Amino acid sequence: MAEIEIKNIAKSFGNYQALHNINLTIHDQEFMVLLGASGCGKSTLLRIIAGLETATSGEVWIGGRRIDHLSPKDRGIAMVFQNYAVFPHLTVFENIGFGLRMQKLPNAEVERRVHRTAELMHIEQLLKRYSGELSGGQRQRVAVARALAMEPDVILMDEPLSNLDALLRMEMRAELKGVLAESKTTAIYVTHDQVEAMSMADRISVMHQGRIAQNSSPVEVYRNPSEKFVAGFIGNPPMNFLPATEVSKGQWSVAGCQFSGPEAHSGAIDFAIRPEDLSPADTGIAAIAKVVEPLGAHLLVTCDVEGHLFRAVLDSDLALRAGDTIHLAPQQDRIRWFDQNTTQAICLS
Amino acid sequence: MHSRTLPYLLILPVTVFLGVFFLYPFVLVAQQAFTTGAGFTFDNFTKVTTHWKFPTSFKNTLLLAAAVVPVQLALALLMATMVTNMKKGRDLVLYVWTIPLGISDLAAGIIWLAIFEQSGFLNSMMQGLGFIEQPTNLISYQSPMLVFVAIALAEIWRATAIMLVILVAGIGLIPKEYYEAAEVFGAGPWKRFTRITLPLLRPSLSTALVLRVILAFEVFAVVQALGGTLFPVLMGETYKYQFELLNGGAAAAIALIILVISIAATLVILRVLRVPKGASI
Repeated sequence: MAEIEIKNIAKSFGNYQALHNINLTIHDQEFMVLLGASGCGKSTLLRIIAGLETATSGEVWIGGRRIDHLSPKDRGIAMVFQNYAVFPHLTVFENIGFGLRMQKLPNAEVERRVHRTAELMHIEQLLKRYSGELSGGQRQRVAVARALAMEPDVILMDEPLSNLDALLRMEMRAELKGVLAESKTTAIYVTHDQVEAMSMADRISVMHQGRIAQNSSPVEVYRNPSEKFVAGFIGNPPMNFLPATEVSKGQWSVAGCQFSGPEAHSGAIDFAIRPEDLSPADTGIAAIAKVVEPLGAHLLVTCDVEGHLFRAVLDSDLALRAGDTIHLAPQQDRIRWFDQNTTQAICLS
Repeated sequence: MHSRTLPYLLILPVTVFLGVFFLYPFVLVAQQAFTTGAGFTFDNFTKVTTHWKFPTSFKNTLLLAAAVVPVQLALALLMATMVTNMKKGRDLVLYVWTIPLGISDLAAGIIWLAIFEQSGFLNSMMQGLGFIEQPTNLISYQSPMLVFVAIALAEIWRATAIMLVILVAGIGLIPKEYYEAAEVFGAGPWKRFTRITLPLLRPSLSTALVLRVILAFEVFAVVQALGGTLFPVLMGETYKYQFELLNGGAAAAIALIILVISIAATLVILRVLRVPKGASI
């Protein structure tokens, strides 16, 4: 059992506050992704869990044991680094077996575990090579095998796929997910790539400016972003926002159209809709197409709605040219509302 | 300019320089060593190696190198690690530690003579503190061990920094991530040093060692200042043949013997510290 509990973790570098009171629980065998733009504090949080960085305040518990005062080797963790950190002076075999040798395991056990994990990662044929003779993808596999060979309670991964090319990344994504599910370890995976996060995570914690903005399942993060930042960060292209004005109780006017929205809300609010939840109709939000990009499967249309940027993902058969005016009807149950001041989502009761 | 000839043209000046000032004199020295006026001969080598002082000076040179270089290596590694881990004042400490490099070896020898001689700092201090009744002559034929220690100390003080600067640069080239990975996978500070720093430092280690060992075989001025005739070394013998006995052939022969020892040591160091293909950073 390796449930990870992060309690009130804060970290500052000089005057700069990198993390503000982070509280997070990661369940046993869960695949948790920390997602955010660079500088949001996600790597710092991971490094605090790993013991490579010391928190200014707060506690980290793994499997019911407080570990933030322990050295990395005593925390029951293994880590995969962004640049792999595969030791260049050791063969692949000795790289995978490095942690096991440090634990002074008997030779036979080291061999058994190295061969087992190498087989799992499909790199048995590389065991005698040095890292200089490997491709980026192969090095990545060695780094993962090295972590798995430790049979850790927790695997920490710091942007492990970001240095691979797109095709390889897609392949490794699926493979990593499978291997980790099988190994039954708890995993924390740091990435700035939302596709990676959506496709791999059991749960996503979206981080922003040293805080956790939202912490829920991938679908929930996508469908019901808790604040405007999340709505704008997740999804490619991101969610559209338009200012709304109240017409009557629960009725809001958005770019000349009327929608039913939150009742009795004080302060200005935004109407939000995902580009793919729009479809061309006779009536709807009037948008002037500025740029039309055929993407094969879809047509990405960048429009102007009363001076606001507005994107729609439409059927690729649609005949549309830049300059055309189009009416876009949003799918009613996908409309979301955000408070303009607090940027928080407004729940419809 | 044709791009194929350009590189050769660019290295031409340095090639000419090395040819005129190193290769040509070297050929002259070799010629001098292998001739006595009557064609090719090994007479010069026979003469110098059968001289009664040769085994002593040969042994002394090797002993001094064997005593000094490992200590310097250990010290340089320790100092380089310390400097690398410093957050502030790193450059200042490095500058201070490299000051002895800027002092000529003869001057360094004289500084240490000022410490060890009968009226030197060490004697005055010991007397002042009441450890000894009156100053004694530390550097004399009666105490060869002390002479050796004094010379070794002076050499260590003078020339450790040359290894230090090479090793500091080398350690700086090792990516931090390797240390973090080693730490996460269970290596403590000592294991990180022996399993990560040392093997990844092999290229710098071999450069530093080759340079230092060659210089150790050529040790002269420090020995001359501190030991004089009490501690004969090969380079001292070369000097004596050339300028006191006016026997250029014999001097050239010893110089070539030093060259051969240096090359042999270099080959051993390069072999021991070689990095297998594909295993460099």
